[in-house]
Amino acid sequence: MSVTLSISVNGKAAKADIDPRTLLVDFLRTNLGLTGTHVGCDTAQCGACTVLVDGHAIKACNVLAAQAQGKSIVTIEGLAAADGTMHPMQQAFKDCHGLQCGFCTPGMVMSAVDLVARHPGADEKTIRAELDGNLCRCTGYHNIVKAVQQGAAAMAK
Amino acid sequence: MGANDAGFIGQSVKRKEDARFLTGAGQYTDDVTMANQTHAYFLRSPHAHAKIRAIDTSKAKAAPGVVAVYTGADLEGVNGLPCGWLITSVDGTPMKEPPHHVLAKGKVRHVGDQLALVIAETIEQAKDAAELIDVDYEVLPAAVNPADALKPGAPQIHDEAPGNKCYTWAIGDKAAVDAAFATAAHVTKIDIVNNRLIPNAIEPRAAVAAYDRAGEAYTLYVTSQNPHVERLLMTAFVLGLPEHKVRVIAPDVGGGFGSKIYLYAEETAMVWASKRVNRPIKWVCERSESFLSDAHGRDHVTHAELALDKDGKFLALRVHTIAAMGAYLSTFASCIPTILYATLLAGQYTTPVIYCEVTASFTNTAPVDAYRGAGRPEATYVVERIVHQAAAEMGIAQDDLRRRNFIRSFPYQTPVALLYDTGGYDATLDEAMKMADVNGFPARKAEAAKRGKLRGIGYATYIEACGIAPSNIAGALGARAGLFEAGEVRVHPTGSVTVFTGSHSHGQGHETTFAQVVATVLGIPVDNVDVVHGDTGRVLFGMGTYGSRSLAVGGTAIMKALDKIVAKGKKIAAHLLEAAEGDIEFKDGKFTVAGTDRSKTFGEVALTAYVPHNYPLDKLEPGLNETAFYDPTNFTFPAGTHICEVEIDPDTGVVHIASFSACDDFGNIINPMIVEGQVHGGVCQGIGQALLENCVYDKDSGQLLTGSYMDYAMPRAGDVPSFKVATKVTPCTHNPLGAKGCGEAGAIGAPAALMNAVLDAMAEAGIKHFDMPATPHRVWQALQAAPSA
Repeated sequence: MSVTLSISVNGKAAKADIDPRTLLVDFLRTNLGLTGTHVGCDTAQCGACTVLVDGHAIKACNVLAAQAQGKSIVTIEGLAAADGTMHPMQQAFKDCHGLQCGFCTPGMVMSAVDLVARHPGADEKTIRAELDGNLCRCTGYHNIVKAVQQGAAAMAK
Repeated sequence: MGANDAGFIGQSVKRKEDARFLTGAGQYTDDVTMANQTHAYFLRSPHAHAKIRAIDTSKAKAAPGVVAVYTGADLEGVNGLPCGWLITSVDGTPMKEPPHHVLAKGKVRHVGDQLALVIAETIEQAKDAAELIDVDYEVLPAAVNPADALKPGAPQIHDEAPGNKCYTWAIGDKAAVDAAFATAAHVTKIDIVNNRLIPNAIEPRAAVAAYDRAGEAYTLYVTSQNPHVERLLMTAFVLGLPEHKVRVIAPDVGGGFGSKIYLYAEETAMVWASKRVNRPIKWVCERSESFLSDAHGRDHVTHAELALDKDGKFLALRVHTIAAMGAYLSTFASCIPTILYATLLAGQYTTPVIYCEVTASFTNTAPVDAYRGAGRPEATYVVERIVHQAAAEMGIAQDDLRRRNFIRSFPYQTPVALLYDTGGYDATLDEAMKMADVNGFPARKAEAAKRGKLRGIGYATYIEACGIAPSNIAGALGARAGLFEAGEVRVHPTGSVTVFTGSHSHGQGHETTFAQVVATVLGIPVDNVDVVHGDTGRVLFGMGTYGSRSLAVGGTAIMKALDKIVAKGKKIAAHLLEAAEGDIEFKDGKFTVAGTDRSKTFGEVALTAYVPHNYPLDKLEPGLNETAFYDPTNFTFPAGTHICEVEIDPDTGVVHIASFSACDDFGNIINPMIVEGQVHGGVCQGIGQALLENCVYDKDSGQLLTGSYMDYAMPRAGDVPSFKVATKVTPCTHNPLGAKGCGEAGAIGAPAALMNAVLDAMAEAGIKHFDMPATPHRVWQALQAAPSA
């Protein structure tokens, strides 16, 4: 048994016959080869798999690809401008040294983009509370918080 | 390097590696997909301790999509996984090294012990087939706690290790320590537990193994911090394969923290199986599997006693520690609670005599090995907890008691083997106290008390030893490997440079830091330097990254290679400029005849080396490519002061970190931004240990109770504050960069600083002792049971 999935990923239409049990993260990584979305846990706790579905951050390890039917998905590969210019949040993570090993980074950046969309002027306390669903083992979050603040300011321009 | 040619040294150059990580272009092991690849799943023991009466794999082998099923019985001629450090007991006997089978044989010894490898077309098919494997277990009682495992009557884990004892090792002059205690005006005693931790790099372990029939060679992609060591151990000790026929690639690796140093069973079994199935095999560890099968950290039980004279001078320190090894000896397990622990017990102090005895026990748990800091956080925790308590008992201010005992004359020979080359402990303490506004603490405490809160401040003045070395002395102490590092500098005809390093970067930013060093020495842009690491097929050799050694040891190997490049460049330039070689100076990317304006640029010399038309071919080989191996003459000794201020809500037991200040001395710093990031991350992990993290096995069944992120509390953004960090510099005296290492310091200082703050806050309730982690539940319970409650 299979289902026909029809979604938009990073602005491109994607259509495939898939096993209905296929997780969204596996569809992105395996079917589409978008390996920037990572898998760090099996309990939807670490957030490394975070992508935007119709603009909202969701954990792609915790939804079926079929649940994204007809929706528009943005992964870390689709965040930069067409000419390769990094999204302000990506640039802020680089400027503020908000990443080390890079494994949690795609999910962290996607969560941060969603966070700023919901809380444009978020203070440190709000940012820390809102990043509750994304684990980072390298940075101690210090520079991630700074990056989100800088990214938010740049996105407001 | 002199002060005038700092170049990119000391600049916060933005990281070269970030662009790929930020755009999803990183290549981690799980991102590697090979044509015709199969998928592996490991069947693991559900029991902590059981005899395997029989394994029936027939149904699994017949299941859909299954390519092969292997158990321990199939691995004929495959040896066990080796331990890299031989510890000798006080009675002169070698440590007990029971076999660590790649797939369990006869018995399973911890929950998660791997006993069958299932290879199938899809991972789902492999998992389904694994469920069809019928294992007949005879469940045995388990020994779980490291101290209980040593008691008479405890379940026996290995026939080769009676009483579950791996070794009892000691360092120091016991008689002198006993004599000093007899004269002491005051003796402080503590009993502490250093809680077991699970490293939890966010990238789970993974491997892809492939066999190439044409070349009769293997390729292994693996999440490793040291691919050359992995290859050496796997080929020479376990599988008996020709080392040159195995290429190990550790591509982008998503954090290590020690847990990816080791040779694990999974990738070893996969390399072995890849030839048999003649197809690539991929395995990605699930997080719940990581909890069960990654090597864990810490897990010490310690009794310590400090003897002081009436003025608070330390006279002697006596320490007894029981350290868990887990079910098997992991790659470096044996040296962590000995060589990397007891030798650090002098801390920053002039304690004249120290004696430490360590008993290592086998337990029915996952193996225990190095985790960020590896022995040094445990040592710092013992020393700084007991110093804190001694100060409290004697009514001496925390900073004052420390200052009364600081080492101020270098080099300093400790009574526990180490020779500190340099340090400046007053400077880091002074600065940290300013950063923490210690003077304002009494007012903040009084204000908190008005709100019904308990406020405390805690210090940790720590010492670390990095870049473990030299190889010959380490060898005499039991090391079964060298501790040097290798580097290669390849100058291309157009003057750009590729650097090959045996260090491995999995977050540390070597691609930037090492490029800064090379660009500075050669006087070229950082963008003209690429750093290659993590591939035995491209890098000449390497011992890898652990123990904050990469810059001090790996960076120095590159410096040595650069010396050779510059020396050869001078010869070429001398020829081109028709001058004596001794008259050529190299500075800012130019070879100049001293005292003249006649010069050749680095690029011109590089091109000449590869287009040697006007070249002294009779005396000099063409090309500009140099390698170097560097074996340090000593450890480096980073040190510093961490001060933590906490506020406890007695109604809820919640410990709020009001501030955390760290002033560290890492020697010379290449990239301050990266160094600060390392401190932030280390401190957060230290806070995690002290406040949240605790690996708990059921004491009877040996089941892991904290086997997911729902049960094992990782520090999240809201659990920690922004940190105040600063550095002071006393350059390392024995490497050309003057660098000491910064990767582990945060995790070393933070637990003691935080717990001393918690104890300071709880002192007014009459509490003198409290173990990590200071979770709300445990703090609340302690306050309820407190003498003054």
